[in-house]
Amino acid sequence: MSERKDIALTINGADYEVSVDPRWTLADVIRDHCGQTGTHLGCEHGICGACTVLVDDVPMRSCLMFGVQADGKKIRTVEGLADGEEYHPLQKAFMENHALQCGYCTPGFLMLATGILEAEPDISDEDLNDVLSSNLCRCTGYANIVKAVRAARDEMKAAG
Amino acid sequence: MKPAAFEYHAPTTVDEAVALLAEHAPNDGRILAGGQSLVPTMAFRLARPTHLIDINNVGELGKISIEGETLRIGATVRHAQFHTPVCDGVLGQLLTDVVAHIAHYPIRQRGTFCGSVAHSDPASEWCMVSATLDATMVAQSSSGERLIPAAEFFETVMTTTLNEDELLREVRIPVLSDDTVYGFEEFNRRAGDFAISMTLVTYRLEGGKIADPHIGVGGAEDRPRRISEAEAVLTGQTPSDEIFRAAADAAAAAIDPMEDHATNAQYRRDLTATLVRRALEKAAS
Repeated sequence: MSERKDIALTINGADYEVSVDPRWTLADVIRDHCGQTGTHLGCEHGICGACTVLVDDVPMRSCLMFGVQADGKKIRTVEGLADGEEYHPLQKAFMENHALQCGYCTPGFLMLATGILEAEPDISDEDLNDVLSSNLCRCTGYANIVKAVRAARDEMKAAG
Repeated sequence: MKPAAFEYHAPTTVDEAVALLAEHAPNDGRILAGGQSLVPTMAFRLARPTHLIDINNVGELGKISIEGETLRIGATVRHAQFHTPVCDGVLGQLLTDVVAHIAHYPIRQRGTFCGSVAHSDPASEWCMVSATLDATMVAQSSSGERLIPAAEFFETVMTTTLNEDELLREVRIPVLSDDTVYGFEEFNRRAGDFAISMTLVTYRLEGGKIADPHIGVGGAEDRPRRISEAEAVLTGQTPSDEIFRAAADAAAAAIDPMEDHATNAQYRRDLTATLVRRALEKAAS
């Protein structure tokens, strides 16, 4: 065992103080030590993107960061997307466009899409395809995910 | 899979970082920058560093600047910073064109330019750019600074001439003149995947003749490098389909391609000829 480090981070606005083993990934800290299990782990080596979360509003692989590196950071996960009973436009668009089947990859796709649409609300279809190519889905064949994110982009833009 | 246990250090100055590295490198201590290559290898337990020296809190390493005729890229400058040109002129645009080929958007938010160069994967775009444009690597240890030309930096797969107690503090790339033209081409089977071969070419025209050509190839051999045999074909010539084809063939003939279960040497050679020709055509267009 290596020496534990005390860190403080926020997840969806809530404060957490955790004593972490440095080898724990951020994903493990979020799931196992902060109890936020909406973030899924697929490959655990940065390929699949299921664990994508927003770190200080930027989409990152939470399996490729150590929890100890998240000290002082603002983390956003899928649990923070809905506003009370009201789903986020991306969540609605995923439901309306049948953009998920088993749902395992969905939290990663939602956080990736949230990050990019917040950073680039006017992103082109082509650039969106490039961004979405970062994550893997074994069910849908991607067409409906792309459709849903485009729909959410248009919806979010119209809502201003 | 989970990484093996290690001790974690988070220095806030370069002096502190290189002192920790000097202390722990003999026991397989490593620098942790973006971690987008190191952490996966730790998850696979291919790497089991006993100490990680995290340089993400060293503020002075996050700088990117033009000093004189050189672009200086600090050790924690992320790939994503190149999504828009980091400097005016040809070099800034070139780096922005190339960065789109590096992995995927979230990886580019965290991974670093210098980390890629130090990791020295043969398929790294930044390694090939550094080799093609004659970058200089600034290696910092507790005993001082050492400048390493790119041509003497890349040894073989994931092996460089950095010493174990040296931090790659900065990469310096000469600014390209406004009349420099360039072409970048890469081939892989899936978006964001490792390059099977790639090339960057640059040249200028003097009185209609090609001057100072640089032809770099990456992904095909065990390290990226300039291919002098192909450059010699271009020097002093008028750009034409014939001369581009001759230079591309010279590049393909000069390389010693890697082989793996999916890609044999002849395929990489043919691919390299095609990519160099296309890159030259792109540069000329």
